[in-house]
Amino acid sequence: MTTAATKTIDEIRTGLESRSLTATALAEEHYARIAAEDGQINSFLALSRERALAKAAAIDDLAALGDPLPLLAGVPVGIKDVLAMQGSPATAGSKILAAYMPPYDATAVKKLDAAGAILLGKLNCDEFAMGSSNENSAYGPVRNPRALDRVPGGSSGGSAAAVAAGFAVATLGTDTGGSIRQPAAFCGVVGLLPTYGRVSRYGLIAFASSLDRVGPVTNSVKDAATVLKVLAGQDPLDATSSDRPADDYVASLTKPVAGLKVGVPAEYFGEGLDPEIRAAVEKTIAQLETAGCTIVPVHLPHTKYAVPTYYVIATAEASSNLSRFDGVRFGHRTESPANLSAMYKKTRDEAFGPEVKRRILLGTYVLSAGYYDAYYRKAQQVRALITRDFLEAFVQVDVIVGPMTPTPAFKIGEKSDDPMAMYLADIYSVAASLAGICGISVPCGTTAEGLPIGVQIMGKHFDESTVLRVGAAVESAQA
Amino acid sequence: MSETAVVTLEDVSHVAELANLELTAEELPHMQHNLNAILGYITQLNELDTTGVPAMAQVGEMLGSEVHLHGETLRPDAIKPSLDRAAVMAAAPETDGKFFKVPKVIER
Repeated sequence: MTTAATKTIDEIRTGLESRSLTATALAEEHYARIAAEDGQINSFLALSRERALAKAAAIDDLAALGDPLPLLAGVPVGIKDVLAMQGSPATAGSKILAAYMPPYDATAVKKLDAAGAILLGKLNCDEFAMGSSNENSAYGPVRNPRALDRVPGGSSGGSAAAVAAGFAVATLGTDTGGSIRQPAAFCGVVGLLPTYGRVSRYGLIAFASSLDRVGPVTNSVKDAATVLKVLAGQDPLDATSSDRPADDYVASLTKPVAGLKVGVPAEYFGEGLDPEIRAAVEKTIAQLETAGCTIVPVHLPHTKYAVPTYYVIATAEASSNLSRFDGVRFGHRTESPANLSAMYKKTRDEAFGPEVKRRILLGTYVLSAGYYDAYYRKAQQVRALITRDFLEAFVQVDVIVGPMTPTPAFKIGEKSDDPMAMYLADIYSVAASLAGICGISVPCGTTAEGLPIGVQIMGKHFDESTVLRVGAAVESAQA
Repeated sequence: MSETAVVTLEDVSHVAELANLELTAEELPHMQHNLNAILGYITQLNELDTTGVPAMAQVGEMLGSEVHLHGETLRPDAIKPSLDRAAVMAAAPETDGKFFKVPKVIER
């Protein structure tokens, strides 16, 4: 299908200020596009038309008065369905939460709303954000707008597909092991992973709490910087959110990249990397060198241990977090159980999909008596080694650049029967997740078949400004 | 952790019981196969000597004083309005308007 070009956040602001555009018309235009084309893609699970149009009318009133407009005035956005948004369901892509309507907004959603964004609705995702392909949603798979027979990536596949298809100007995704960056790479859009603690997780349905992060998916690096500016900051409702002051991410984009040291880890260019992706990423690194960056080889020796470490820690935390879904407090409950134990088990059996069950079982196993030290504690120790690799590399360099994914978007169904093959699709994304550092995926070319390729730029904790700056340089080199 | 993780069907049933999951007769061997494949892959962590390496549960622990620690600022101990009761009750499958109603599941 042809993917529609949408306006940038700056263009929307200029249009509203000059009265050549209204927020209401823009929202209606996006809803019309969703109605006409999302039947093929399945990115939206619910539309919040009433809330969106009321907000759009309020923004149009502000513009008519000539009052200063908030940062995201009139910007049509979509929200991944693992985040709470008042007045809309929050299913987390699961049958167990089919009827759940949160009575409040997640902090990230509240901040978008306060900044004048138009909240279009809720976006499809892998069940409880568990997946690399968006084939694990109880509401059907999402298709990649760039190639409808292919996956959009997961678990924020709906968030990336909606931006790529022109259904929204920006969306919120969540990233636990790569779930913003990997779908952004597969769909040819920008996906930003903020540092752990930079954006509040309040109102996010938890998957793995020490890893989960909320971040934007956009068409451009500048749009990502603008949305992060809105989202960043400490939240008293999330004790893990950092009190470190946020930078002016948009202003930092104007600084040149010349003089920055760009680390290139050999471990990210080994066996299994698609040759077209290797070529595109190497070309991007050469472009950064031309722009005045110094290219420095770095070593991240524990890279090969990131996927096994991730799957121990993430599943252990998931098994604990998902124990709350027992039929008593949230969502689906089985009919006429014989006793309490049967109610828990039948409820969970009926409503959880196979990937969620697999991860709960794995997580319970690695936490169970006799295995805790051997698996969980060991993985936590290796997590420290992986983080140390990055801290040592960042003594020498400002950012680390490498491929985002080992292959371009794969075909729907291609890996769904082989969990190990699917887990290895995250090989370049999980290390940054474990280390808590920030990162971004920026489009850097396409394959001969026309499938998007993303380059990953990783940065120091809380140094989103530099990551975005380098991302903007990569983006401008593509033009 | 053994070099070749061998999860038996009994292990899968035991873990399913702990996790409050009911697996069908068809699901059990399938999950056993998957768990063995994944745990077999995870055993490569044994190649690493982690003696003396601290376990890392949260990223803030690794950053120490380089950045502000997470959660340093406590909320004031003040009474504030919470969620509106009617809005919360509206989300429940069954309510008497004041409390959630859950079905009786324990026989006397």
